[in-house]
Amino acid sequence: MKKVIKKKNRGLTKSGPLLLIALPGIIYLFINNYIPMFGVFLAFKDYSYVKGIFGSDWNGLNNFKYLFKQDAFLIIRNTLLYNFTFIILGTIFAIIVAILMCELGEKFRVKIFQSSLLLPNLLSWVVIGFIGYAFLNADTGFINNTLIKLMGSGKEVAWYTTPKYWPFILTIVYLWKNIGYSSIIYMASISGIDKSIFEAAKIDGAKKLEQIKHITIPMLKPTIIILTLMAVGRIFYSDFGLFYQVPMNSGALYKTTQTIDTYVYHGLMELQDIGMSAAAALYQSVVGFVLVITANAVVRKVDNDNALF
Amino acid sequence: MFRLTDEKMFRGFATFLLTTLTVITLLPIILIVIASFTDETALISNGYAYFPKAWSLNAYYYLINQGKLIFRAYGVTILVTLVGTLASVLFTTMLAYPMSRKNFKYRRILSFFVFFTMLFNGGIVSSYMMWTNIFGIKNSIWALILPNYLVTAFNVFLVRNYYANNVHESIIESAQIDGATELRIFWKIIMPLSVPVVATISLFTALIYWNDWLNGLYYITKSEYFGIQNLLIKIMNNVQFLKSGSSNFLGVGNMNLPGTSVRMAMAVIGILPIILIYPFLQKYFIKGVIVGAVKG
Repeated sequence: MKKVIKKKNRGLTKSGPLLLIALPGIIYLFINNYIPMFGVFLAFKDYSYVKGIFGSDWNGLNNFKYLFKQDAFLIIRNTLLYNFTFIILGTIFAIIVAILMCELGEKFRVKIFQSSLLLPNLLSWVVIGFIGYAFLNADTGFINNTLIKLMGSGKEVAWYTTPKYWPFILTIVYLWKNIGYSSIIYMASISGIDKSIFEAAKIDGAKKLEQIKHITIPMLKPTIIILTLMAVGRIFYSDFGLFYQVPMNSGALYKTTQTIDTYVYHGLMELQDIGMSAAAALYQSVVGFVLVITANAVVRKVDNDNALF
Repeated sequence: MFRLTDEKMFRGFATFLLTTLTVITLLPIILIVIASFTDETALISNGYAYFPKAWSLNAYYYLINQGKLIFRAYGVTILVTLVGTLASVLFTTMLAYPMSRKNFKYRRILSFFVFFTMLFNGGIVSSYMMWTNIFGIKNSIWALILPNYLVTAFNVFLVRNYYANNVHESIIESAQIDGATELRIFWKIIMPLSVPVVATISLFTALIYWNDWLNGLYYITKSEYFGIQNLLIKIMNNVQFLKSGSSNFLGVGNMNLPGTSVRMAMAVIGILPIILIYPFLQKYFIKGVIVGAVKG
């Protein structure tokens, strides 16, 4: 990279034409992302379809009061607990896979394993819902028909109406879909470690496990911290597809499957309670915003280069 | 001598663990493929199984013969994926390029404008109200293309960083001296240099459009605008829905619907293009993930 330091000279560059080139993208982001930001006032209205967006009556904080009296505890608890589980287990598994991959040494094998582990990440949540159905469906599902019989317990389970199993099911599905993807980043940072450090350790007689414990994992620390902090910044958001498609939107499971995102969907599309779902969405956006800013401030303290802003 | 064995042992151990993990990862996908080739009566009596009692092509036969709805949904998905990806690549590169130019006056403010969309959003409720009430896209093909995915801050920064690192100012300056307009420079010089990054964002975007069901869930109620994913959702809830599109198409309207296997055949058809194309594009995908994760 050459670094020529010159005087700030805009030279032949005129800003007008460049701005014009950027214009379609600017307009799109303005419509898709900025206009809805002003729409958050819906959270303070008693929305009525007859009176419309602007004609509906204001009702102050009533939507929020009602939300927090009713469902807020459950949906926030679920969202947070799932995300904490996903962050911890997801990180551990991704690192293990990444370390194992980097020990293979052979490019072809790495490629085969990586392609296979990435495959679930390329499937839509709808298809994953179908796969779940093939396993869990009470009448024709693989688990009830084959696995339970094999284990000899003989007791079939009505998976889609029994909430207590779902924290496990959803965690397994999450890991299944995401490990391949998140291990890529850790693989990249492991392959960035200076090889001579391992050579030196080998000469000193360090075994593989010792090398991993004393070199690889400490060297991964910055990556782990940053990825974790970024995930913590998004801890109030959940993957709508996982919590909507995989439990097949089964009402009997809401106790353990309902998160803020599925709650907003139900409010908006099924119950037509616009005010309340707008309130939940606004709450999520504001807390999310605060968390991202905080997480970034912490990242900047840890490692300035990796701060988002 | 001892060290060599240690290394070899670990390599064997890693291979063993990863093989196990790979098998566990692939088995669920294999189950739906096998289920789609399983005889309907065997399915009903024994359930979805890896070693079915009887095989059958009936599910696919049914889909091909009665599949007016399916062909239409496939068409919708292909159209949306093509148009969405093309528009997305164009809008994204056009927005990212000025942001990469060091002597562009509005560079910083534009970057912030894009970046802020990552920090705060108005939420799905106001976004839904805007798209349906102001733009009236409900039940139109636009509903599948416009909301959410066309330009994302993630892609814009990916491309901007690529330009900042790979396009030398000197090329642009010499073109300016030759009297080329900015649009011409973008089109004739920048675009040809963008092939790798365009490959990466096209792949990301095409995957998103192909797999998208959210826009359909929110904005589409008429089956003629269903893409493949939304058709899947519909038949999961009601497999008989498939019959509604057949209306004696090719005179086989009375054929029995093998509902249990047909569901899985539909899912297989939905993922087939991805499995076929992905191996050739994997390197772009992985590159994009790495670059994007380091600096979004």
